[in-house]
Amino acid sequence: MESHKGVTLLDFWVSPFGQRARIAMAEKGIEFEYKEENLAQKSELLLKMNPVHKKIPVLVHDGKPVCESLIIVQYIEEAWPEKTPLLPSDPYQRAQARFWADFVDKKVYDCGTRLWKTKGEEKEAAKKEFIEILQVLESELGDKKYFGGETFGYVDVAFVPFTAWFHSYESEAGFSVEESVPKISAWAKRCGERESVKKHLYEKEKVYEFVCMLKKRLGIE
Amino acid sequence: MTQPNEIKLFGSVMSGFCYMVHHALKLKGVEYDYIEEDLKNKSEEFLKMNPVHKKVPTLVVDGKPIAESLVILQYIDETWPEPPLMPQDPYQKSKVRFWADFIYQKMVPLTFVIRKSEGEAQAKVVDEFLTIFKTLEDGISKEVHSEGPFIHGAQPGLLDMIIGPCHTGLKYLEQGLDGVKLVDDKKTPLLCMWMDEYSKIDVVKDTAEMMKQYAPA
Repeated sequence: MESHKGVTLLDFWVSPFGQRARIAMAEKGIEFEYKEENLAQKSELLLKMNPVHKKIPVLVHDGKPVCESLIIVQYIEEAWPEKTPLLPSDPYQRAQARFWADFVDKKVYDCGTRLWKTKGEEKEAAKKEFIEILQVLESELGDKKYFGGETFGYVDVAFVPFTAWFHSYESEAGFSVEESVPKISAWAKRCGERESVKKHLYEKEKVYEFVCMLKKRLGIE
Repeated sequence: MTQPNEIKLFGSVMSGFCYMVHHALKLKGVEYDYIEEDLKNKSEEFLKMNPVHKKVPTLVVDGKPIAESLVILQYIDETWPEPPLMPQDPYQKSKVRFWADFIYQKMVPLTFVIRKSEGEAQAKVVDEFLTIFKTLEDGISKEVHSEGPFIHGAQPGLLDMIIGPCHTGLKYLEQGLDGVKLVDDKKTPLLCMWMDEYSKIDVVKDTAEMMKQYAPA
Protein backbone atom coordinates (compact mmCIF):
# COMPACT_ATOMS: atom_id res chain seq x y z
CA MET A 1 0.00 0.00 0.00
CA GLU A 2 1.39 3.40 -0.96
CA SER A 3 2.30 5.42 2.08
CA HIS A 4 1.11 8.61 0.48
CA LYS A 5 0.47 11.26 3.10
CA GLY A 6 -2.79 13.15 3.15
CA VAL A 7 -6.40 12.50 2.27
CA THR A 8 -7.73 11.31 -1.07
CA LEU A 9 -11.35 10.61 -1.88
CA LEU A 10 -12.13 8.14 -4.68
CA ASP A 11 -15.56 9.18 -5.84
CA PHE A 12 -18.08 9.73 -8.64
CA TRP A 13 -19.35 13.25 -9.21
CA VAL A 14 -23.09 12.76 -8.74
CA SER A 15 -22.96 10.07 -6.06
CA PRO A 16 -24.93 11.14 -2.97
CA PHE A 17 -22.83 8.68 -0.95
CA GLY A 18 -19.60 10.34 -2.06
CA GLN A 19 -21.11 13.74 -1.33
CA ARG A 20 -21.63 12.72 2.30
CA ALA A 21 -17.86 12.37 2.67
CA ARG A 22 -17.15 15.60 0.75
CA ILE A 23 -19.62 17.61 2.83
CA ALA A 24 -18.38 16.13 6.14
CA MET A 25 -14.80 17.10 5.29
CA ALA A 26 -15.85 20.56 4.08
CA GLU A 27 -17.77 21.16 7.31
CA LYS A 28 -14.64 20.27 9.27
CA GLY A 29 -12.24 22.20 7.04
CA ILE A 30 -10.30 19.07 6.10
CA GLU A 31 -8.37 19.34 2.86
CA PHE A 32 -8.54 16.41 0.50
CA GLU A 33 -7.66 15.42 -3.03
CA TYR A 34 -10.69 14.47 -5.10
CA LYS A 35 -10.24 11.68 -7.61
CA GLU A 36 -13.06 11.07 -10.11
CA GLU A 37 -13.59 7.40 -10.93
CA ASN A 38 -14.90 6.09 -14.24
CA LEU A 39 -17.37 3.51 -12.95
CA ALA A 40 -17.40 1.73 -16.31
CA GLN A 41 -13.66 1.27 -16.00
CA LYS A 42 -12.65 1.26 -12.35
CA SER A 43 -9.07 2.23 -11.58
CA GLU A 44 -6.52 -0.17 -10.18
CA LEU A 45 -6.32 2.04 -7.14
CA LEU A 46 -10.05 1.71 -6.43
CA LEU A 47 -9.98 -2.05 -6.87
CA LYS A 48 -6.97 -2.25 -4.56
CA MET A 49 -8.50 0.03 -1.93
CA ASN A 50 -11.96 -1.58 -2.01
CA PRO A 51 -11.54 -5.15 -3.23
CA VAL A 52 -14.61 -6.38 -1.33
CA HIS A 53 -17.29 -4.03 -2.73
CA LYS A 54 -15.35 -2.31 -5.57
CA LYS A 55 -17.45 0.80 -4.94
CA ILE A 56 -16.99 4.50 -4.36
CA PRO A 57 -16.64 6.43 -2.16
CA VAL A 58 -13.36 5.31 -0.63
CA LEU A 59 -11.45 7.62 1.67
CA VAL A 60 -7.72 7.00 1.60
CA HIS A 61 -5.98 8.53 4.61
CA ASP A 62 -2.19 8.26 4.63
CA GLY A 63 -2.50 5.33 2.24
CA LYS A 64 -5.10 3.44 4.30
CA PRO A 65 -8.62 2.94 2.87
CA VAL A 66 -11.95 3.49 4.61
CA CYS A 67 -15.05 2.24 2.73
CA GLU A 68 -18.84 2.71 2.99
CA SER A 69 -20.05 6.32 3.20
CA LEU A 70 -21.43 6.40 6.76
CA ILE A 71 -18.40 4.51 8.04
CA ILE A 72 -16.26 7.13 6.28
CA VAL A 73 -18.20 9.98 7.95
CA GLN A 74 -17.82 8.35 11.38
CA TYR A 75 -14.12 7.87 10.70
CA ILE A 76 -13.74 11.54 9.71
CA GLU A 77 -15.52 12.46 12.95
CA GLU A 78 -13.17 10.36 15.08
CA ALA A 79 -9.88 10.93 13.25
CA TRP A 80 -10.26 14.73 13.49
CA PRO A 81 -11.78 15.11 16.96
CA GLU A 82 -10.59 18.70 17.32
CA LYS A 83 -12.87 19.80 14.50
CA THR A 84 -16.59 20.72 14.77
CA PRO A 85 -18.40 17.54 15.83
CA LEU A 86 -21.17 16.12 13.66
CA LEU A 87 -22.40 13.70 16.32
CA PRO A 88 -23.73 14.75 19.74
CA SER A 89 -21.70 13.84 22.82
CA ASP A 90 -24.57 12.19 24.71
CA PRO A 91 -24.76 8.43 23.93
CA TYR A 92 -28.57 8.41 23.67
CA GLN A 93 -28.56 11.33 21.23
CA ARG A 94 -25.78 9.65 19.26
CA ALA A 95 -27.88 6.49 19.07
CA GLN A 96 -30.79 8.52 17.68
CA ALA A 97 -28.50 10.13 15.09
CA ARG A 98 -27.16 6.72 14.03
CA PHE A 99 -30.69 5.32 13.84
CA TRP A 100 -31.91 8.09 11.54
CA ALA A 101 -28.83 8.00 9.31
CA ASP A 102 -29.39 4.24 9.03
CA PHE A 103 -33.06 4.90 8.17
CA VAL A 104 -32.01 7.25 5.34
CA ASP A 105 -29.56 4.59 4.17
CA LYS A 106 -32.12 1.79 4.20
CA LYS A 107 -34.98 3.69 2.60
CA VAL A 108 -34.24 6.79 0.52
CA TYR A 109 -31.92 5.63 -2.28
CA ASP A 110 -33.64 2.33 -3.12
CA CYS A 111 -37.14 3.76 -3.14
CA GLY A 112 -35.99 6.90 -4.95
CA THR A 113 -34.39 4.79 -7.66
CA ARG A 114 -37.67 2.95 -8.19
CA LEU A 115 -39.34 6.30 -8.91
CA TRP A 116 -37.48 6.58 -12.22
CA LYS A 117 -36.76 2.93 -12.99
CA THR A 118 -40.35 1.68 -12.87
CA LYS A 119 -43.59 2.48 -14.67
CA GLY A 120 -47.32 2.33 -14.14
CA GLU A 121 -48.53 0.61 -10.96
CA GLU A 122 -45.03 -0.07 -9.69
CA LYS A 123 -44.14 3.60 -10.02
CA GLU A 124 -47.33 4.67 -8.23
CA ALA A 125 -46.54 2.29 -5.38
CA ALA A 126 -42.99 3.61 -5.17
CA LYS A 127 -44.27 7.19 -5.11
CA LYS A 128 -46.62 6.42 -2.23
CA GLU A 129 -43.82 4.70 -0.34
CA PHE A 130 -41.37 7.53 -1.00
CA ILE A 131 -43.75 10.20 0.26
CA GLU A 132 -44.30 8.10 3.41
CA ILE A 133 -40.52 7.89 3.92
CA LEU A 134 -40.28 11.68 3.60
CA GLN A 135 -43.18 12.08 6.04
CA VAL A 136 -41.45 9.92 8.63
CA LEU A 137 -38.31 12.02 8.23
CA GLU A 138 -40.36 15.22 8.45
CA SER A 139 -41.89 14.00 11.68
CA GLU A 140 -38.40 13.43 13.09
CA LEU A 141 -37.20 16.84 11.92
CA GLY A 142 -40.20 18.60 13.42
CA ASP A 143 -39.57 22.30 13.91
CA LYS A 144 -35.83 21.91 14.33
CA LYS A 145 -33.46 23.93 12.16
CA TYR A 146 -31.55 20.77 11.29
CA PHE A 147 -31.88 17.08 12.17
CA GLY A 148 -28.96 17.78 14.50
CA GLY A 149 -30.93 20.52 16.26
CA GLU A 150 -29.35 23.95 16.12
CA THR A 151 -26.25 22.53 14.47
CA PHE A 152 -25.84 20.75 11.14
CA GLY A 153 -25.04 17.16 12.08
CA TYR A 154 -24.63 13.52 11.12
CA VAL A 155 -28.18 12.91 9.90
CA ASP A 156 -28.13 16.15 7.89
CA VAL A 157 -24.91 14.98 6.22
CA ALA A 158 -26.48 11.57 5.51
CA PHE A 159 -29.63 12.98 3.94
CA VAL A 160 -28.72 16.31 2.30
CA PRO A 161 -27.13 14.84 -0.88
CA PHE A 162 -30.53 13.37 -1.78
CA THR A 163 -32.03 16.87 -1.88
CA ALA A 164 -30.26 17.35 -5.23
CA TRP A 165 -32.34 14.41 -6.47
CA PHE A 166 -35.73 15.78 -5.31
CA HIS A 167 -36.32 17.51 -8.63
CA SER A 168 -35.59 14.27 -10.52
CA TYR A 169 -37.88 12.26 -8.25
CA GLU A 170 -40.65 14.89 -8.56
CA SER A 171 -40.35 15.07 -12.35
CA GLU A 172 -40.34 11.31 -12.79
CA ALA A 173 -43.08 10.39 -10.35
CA GLY A 174 -45.29 13.48 -10.48
CA PHE A 175 -45.42 14.90 -6.97
CA SER A 176 -44.07 17.90 -5.09
CA VAL A 177 -41.73 17.66 -2.12
CA GLU A 178 -42.71 21.16 -1.03
CA GLU A 179 -46.40 20.25 -1.01
CA SER A 180 -46.00 16.83 0.57
CA VAL A 181 -43.40 17.67 3.20
CA PRO A 182 -42.97 21.45 3.49
CA LYS A 183 -40.65 21.22 6.53
CA ILE A 184 -38.28 18.91 4.64
CA SER A 185 -38.40 21.31 1.70
CA ALA A 186 -37.54 24.25 3.98
CA TRP A 187 -34.75 22.22 5.63
CA ALA A 188 -33.31 21.43 2.18
CA LYS A 189 -33.25 25.14 1.32
CA ARG A 190 -31.54 25.99 4.63
CA CYS A 191 -28.91 23.31 4.03
CA GLY A 192 -28.44 24.64 0.51
CA GLU A 193 -27.21 27.91 2.00
CA ARG A 194 -24.29 26.23 3.73
CA GLU A 195 -20.89 26.59 2.03
CA SER A 196 -20.16 22.87 2.24
CA VAL A 197 -23.44 21.96 0.56
CA LYS A 198 -23.23 24.71 -2.07
CA LYS A 199 -19.78 23.54 -3.00
CA HIS A 200 -20.46 19.81 -3.26
CA LEU A 201 -24.00 19.31 -4.53
CA TYR A 202 -24.75 19.67 -8.22
CA GLU A 203 -27.67 21.71 -9.60
CA LYS A 204 -30.91 19.77 -9.78
CA GLU A 205 -31.02 20.08 -13.58
CA LYS A 206 -27.63 18.44 -13.95
CA VAL A 207 -28.70 15.57 -11.70
CA TYR A 208 -31.88 15.14 -13.76
CA GLU A 209 -29.83 15.16 -16.96
CA PHE A 210 -27.84 12.28 -15.44
CA VAL A 211 -31.00 10.35 -14.50
CA CYS A 212 -32.34 10.78 -18.04
CA MET A 213 -29.05 9.53 -19.46
CA LEU A 214 -29.21 6.47 -17.20
CA LYS A 215 -32.79 5.77 -18.22
CA LYS A 216 -31.80 5.88 -21.87
CA ARG A 217 -28.85 3.59 -21.27
CA LEU A 218 -31.03 1.12 -19.39
CA GLY A 219 -33.71 1.26 -22.09
CA ILE A 220 -36.37 2.79 -19.84
CA GLU A 221 -38.82 5.11 -21.58
CA MET B 1 -21.76 10.27 31.10
CA THR B 2 -25.08 9.61 32.80
CA GLN B 3 -26.12 6.01 32.86
CA PRO B 4 -29.83 5.19 32.69
CA ASN B 5 -31.58 3.66 35.70
CA GLU B 6 -34.23 1.56 34.05
CA ILE B 7 -33.37 -0.68 31.11
CA LYS B 8 -35.88 -2.81 29.23
CA LEU B 9 -35.21 -5.06 26.27
CA PHE B 10 -37.99 -6.07 23.90
CA GLY B 11 -36.94 -9.19 22.02
CA SER B 12 -37.74 -12.60 20.71
CA VAL B 13 -36.23 -16.01 21.40
CA MET B 14 -36.26 -16.50 17.61
CA SER B 15 -34.15 -13.44 16.81
CA GLY B 16 -30.37 -13.74 16.66
CA PHE B 17 -30.05 -9.96 16.79
CA CYS B 18 -31.61 -9.95 20.27
CA TYR B 19 -29.02 -12.36 21.63
CA MET B 20 -26.30 -9.87 20.67
CA VAL B 21 -27.96 -7.30 22.92
CA HIS B 22 -28.42 -9.75 25.82
CA HIS B 23 -24.73 -10.65 25.59
CA ALA B 24 -23.62 -7.02 25.50
CA LEU B 25 -25.75 -6.03 28.50
CA LYS B 26 -24.68 -9.05 30.53
CA LEU B 27 -21.01 -8.63 29.61
CA LYS B 28 -21.15 -5.06 30.88
CA GLY B 29 -22.91 -6.13 34.07
CA VAL B 30 -26.08 -4.17 33.28
CA GLU B 31 -29.33 -5.17 35.00
CA TYR B 32 -32.32 -5.14 32.71
CA ASP B 33 -35.88 -6.36 32.32
CA TYR B 34 -36.64 -8.59 29.37
CA ILE B 35 -39.94 -8.72 27.53
CA GLU B 36 -40.51 -11.56 25.08
CA GLU B 37 -42.60 -10.29 22.17
CA ASP B 38 -44.85 -12.53 20.14
CA LEU B 39 -43.75 -11.41 16.68
CA LYS B 40 -47.07 -12.48 15.18
CA ASN B 41 -48.98 -10.43 17.73
CA LYS B 42 -46.88 -7.46 18.77
CA SER B 43 -47.86 -5.62 21.95
CA GLU B 44 -49.04 -2.02 21.94
CA GLU B 45 -46.29 -1.02 24.31
CA PHE B 46 -43.67 -2.43 21.94
CA LEU B 47 -45.17 -0.82 18.83
CA LYS B 48 -45.16 2.51 20.64
CA MET B 49 -41.44 2.09 21.31
CA ASN B 50 -40.53 1.21 17.71
CA PRO B 51 -43.22 2.60 15.43
CA VAL B 52 -40.81 3.08 12.50
CA HIS B 53 -39.58 -0.50 12.01
CA LYS B 54 -41.71 -2.44 14.53
CA LYS B 55 -38.82 -4.87 15.02
CA VAL B 56 -36.87 -6.54 17.79
CA PRO B 57 -34.52 -5.90 19.45
CA THR B 58 -35.65 -2.56 20.85
CA LEU B 59 -33.91 -1.25 23.95
CA VAL B 60 -35.73 1.20 26.20
CA VAL B 61 -33.64 3.30 28.57
CA ASP B 62 -35.52 5.33 31.18
CA GLY B 63 -38.55 5.16 28.92
CA LYS B 64 -36.72 6.24 25.76
CA PRO B 65 -36.36 3.75 22.89
CA ILE B 66 -33.34 2.76 20.81
CA ALA B 67 -33.79 0.53 17.78
CA GLU B 68 -31.57 -1.41 15.34
CA SER B 69 -29.15 -3.92 16.85
CA LEU B 70 -25.93 -2.26 15.65
CA VAL B 71 -27.10 1.11 16.98
CA ILE B 72 -28.06 -0.52 20.29
CA LEU B 73 -24.71 -2.32 20.63
CA GLN B 74 -22.77 0.90 20.05
CA TYR B 75 -24.99 2.73 22.56
CA ILE B 76 -24.34 0.04 25.18
CA ASP B 77 -20.61 0.20 24.51
CA GLU B 78 -20.52 4.00 24.87
CA THR B 79 -22.72 4.15 27.97
CA TRP B 80 -20.98 1.33 29.87
CA PRO B 81 -17.39 1.49 28.59
CA GLU B 82 -16.05 -1.58 30.44
CA PRO B 83 -15.17 -4.01 29.04
CA PRO B 84 -14.81 -2.27 25.65
CA LEU B 85 -16.33 -3.86 22.54
CA MET B 86 -14.50 -1.61 20.09
CA PRO B 87 -10.85 -0.70 19.60
CA GLN B 88 -9.80 2.85 20.48
CA ASP B 89 -8.02 3.73 17.25
CA PRO B 90 -10.36 5.37 14.68
CA TYR B 91 -8.94 3.38 11.75
CA GLN B 92 -9.26 0.07 13.61
CA LYS B 93 -12.80 1.08 14.56
CA SER B 94 -13.62 1.72 10.90
CA LYS B 95 -12.44 -1.83 10.06
CA VAL B 96 -14.67 -3.35 12.75
CA ARG B 97 -17.62 -1.30 11.48
CA PHE B 98 -16.86 -2.32 7.87
CA TRP B 99 -17.00 -6.03 8.67
CA ALA B 100 -20.06 -5.62 10.90
CA ASP B 101 -21.74 -3.84 7.98
CA PHE B 102 -20.60 -6.64 5.64
CA ILE B 103 -22.31 -9.23 7.83
CA TYR B 104 -25.59 -7.28 7.86
CA GLN B 105 -25.43 -6.17 4.23
CA LYS B 106 -24.16 -9.33 2.54
CA MET B 107 -24.38 -12.36 4.79
CA VAL B 108 -27.65 -12.01 6.67
CA PRO B 109 -29.89 -11.34 3.61
CA LEU B 110 -28.58 -14.55 1.98
CA THR B 111 -29.72 -16.59 4.98
CA PHE B 112 -33.29 -15.41 4.40
CA VAL B 113 -33.07 -16.37 0.72
CA ILE B 114 -31.64 -19.81 1.59
CA ARG B 115 -34.52 -20.44 3.95
CA LYS B 116 -37.12 -19.57 1.32
CA SER B 117 -35.62 -21.34 -1.69
CA GLU B 118 -35.32 -24.95 -2.74
CA GLY B 119 -33.48 -27.32 -5.04
CA GLU B 120 -31.10 -25.84 -7.58
CA ALA B 121 -31.96 -22.26 -6.69
CA GLN B 122 -31.13 -22.97 -3.07
CA ALA B 123 -27.87 -24.69 -4.01
CA LYS B 124 -26.86 -21.59 -5.93
CA VAL B 125 -27.54 -19.28 -2.98
CA VAL B 126 -25.72 -21.65 -0.62
CA ASP B 127 -22.68 -21.40 -2.89
CA GLU B 128 -22.95 -17.62 -2.80
CA PHE B 129 -23.17 -17.76 0.97
CA LEU B 130 -20.06 -19.92 1.28
CA THR B 131 -18.09 -17.44 -0.84
CA ILE B 132 -19.30 -14.52 1.28
CA PHE B 133 -18.49 -16.39 4.49
CA LYS B 134 -14.96 -17.09 3.26
CA THR B 135 -14.53 -13.42 2.29
CA LEU B 136 -15.62 -12.53 5.82
CA GLU B 137 -13.05 -14.87 7.37
CA ASP B 138 -10.24 -13.62 5.13
CA GLY B 139 -11.17 -9.99 5.73
CA ILE B 140 -11.43 -10.27 9.51
CA SER B 141 -8.22 -12.25 9.79
CA LYS B 142 -6.35 -9.71 7.66
CA GLU B 143 -7.81 -6.49 9.00
CA VAL B 144 -9.09 -7.05 12.53
CA HIS B 145 -7.71 -10.12 14.25
CA SER B 146 -4.08 -10.30 15.24
CA GLU B 147 -3.82 -12.72 18.15
CA GLY B 148 -5.92 -14.33 20.89
CA PRO B 149 -8.85 -16.74 20.94
CA PHE B 150 -11.48 -14.16 19.96
CA ILE B 151 -11.76 -12.00 16.85
CA HIS B 152 -10.96 -8.99 19.01
CA GLY B 153 -8.11 -10.71 20.83
CA ALA B 154 -7.96 -11.80 24.45
CA GLN B 155 -11.54 -10.62 25.10
CA PRO B 156 -14.62 -10.80 22.87
CA GLY B 157 -15.63 -7.62 21.04
CA LEU B 158 -18.33 -6.36 18.70
CA LEU B 159 -17.62 -8.75 15.82
CA ASP B 160 -17.52 -11.78 18.14
CA MET B 161 -20.85 -10.62 19.55
CA ILE B 162 -22.41 -10.36 16.09
CA ILE B 163 -20.97 -13.56 14.59
CA GLY B 164 -21.70 -15.69 17.66
CA PRO B 165 -25.51 -15.43 17.52
CA CYS B 166 -25.34 -15.66 13.70
CA HIS B 167 -23.66 -19.04 14.24
CA THR B 168 -26.67 -20.33 16.13
CA GLY B 169 -28.93 -19.20 13.32
CA LEU B 170 -26.69 -20.81 10.69
CA LYS B 171 -26.63 -24.17 12.49
CA TYR B 172 -30.42 -24.05 12.65
CA LEU B 173 -30.60 -23.25 8.94
CA GLU B 174 -28.26 -26.15 8.12
CA GLN B 175 -30.78 -28.60 9.53
CA GLY B 176 -32.99 -28.04 6.53
CA LEU B 177 -30.15 -28.39 4.01
CA ASP B 178 -29.72 -32.12 3.57
CA GLY B 179 -26.15 -32.47 4.74
CA VAL B 180 -24.74 -29.26 3.24
CA LYS B 181 -22.68 -27.35 5.78
CA LEU B 182 -22.77 -23.57 5.94
CA VAL B 183 -20.28 -23.55 8.80
CA ASP B 184 -17.49 -25.89 7.73
CA ASP B 185 -14.23 -25.91 9.64
CA LYS B 186 -12.42 -27.07 6.50
CA LYS B 187 -13.59 -24.01 4.58
CA THR B 188 -13.69 -21.37 7.34
CA PRO B 189 -11.54 -22.75 10.16
CA LEU B 190 -10.91 -19.39 11.80
CA LEU B 191 -14.55 -18.33 11.96
CA CYS B 192 -15.35 -21.76 13.41
CA MET B 193 -12.65 -21.36 16.03
CA TRP B 194 -13.77 -17.86 17.01
CA MET B 195 -17.44 -18.82 17.15
CA ASP B 196 -16.62 -21.89 19.17
CA GLU B 197 -14.63 -19.88 21.69
CA TYR B 198 -17.40 -17.32 21.95
CA SER B 199 -20.04 -19.97 22.62
CA LYS B 200 -18.17 -20.97 25.79
CA ILE B 201 -18.29 -17.61 27.56
CA ASP B 202 -20.54 -17.22 30.59
CA VAL B 203 -22.83 -14.51 29.22
CA VAL B 204 -23.68 -16.69 26.22
CA LYS B 205 -24.47 -19.69 28.42
CA ASP B 206 -26.43 -17.56 30.91
CA THR B 207 -28.50 -16.01 28.13
CA ALA B 208 -29.24 -19.42 26.57
CA GLU B 209 -30.36 -20.66 29.98
CA MET B 210 -32.55 -17.59 30.57
CA MET B 211 -34.16 -17.87 27.13
CA LYS B 212 -35.11 -21.57 27.47
CA GLN B 213 -38.42 -20.59 29.07
CA TYR B 214 -39.45 -18.74 25.89
CA ALA B 215 -38.48 -21.46 23.42
CA PRO B 216 -41.42 -22.62 21.27
CA ALA B 217 -42.92 -25.89 22.47
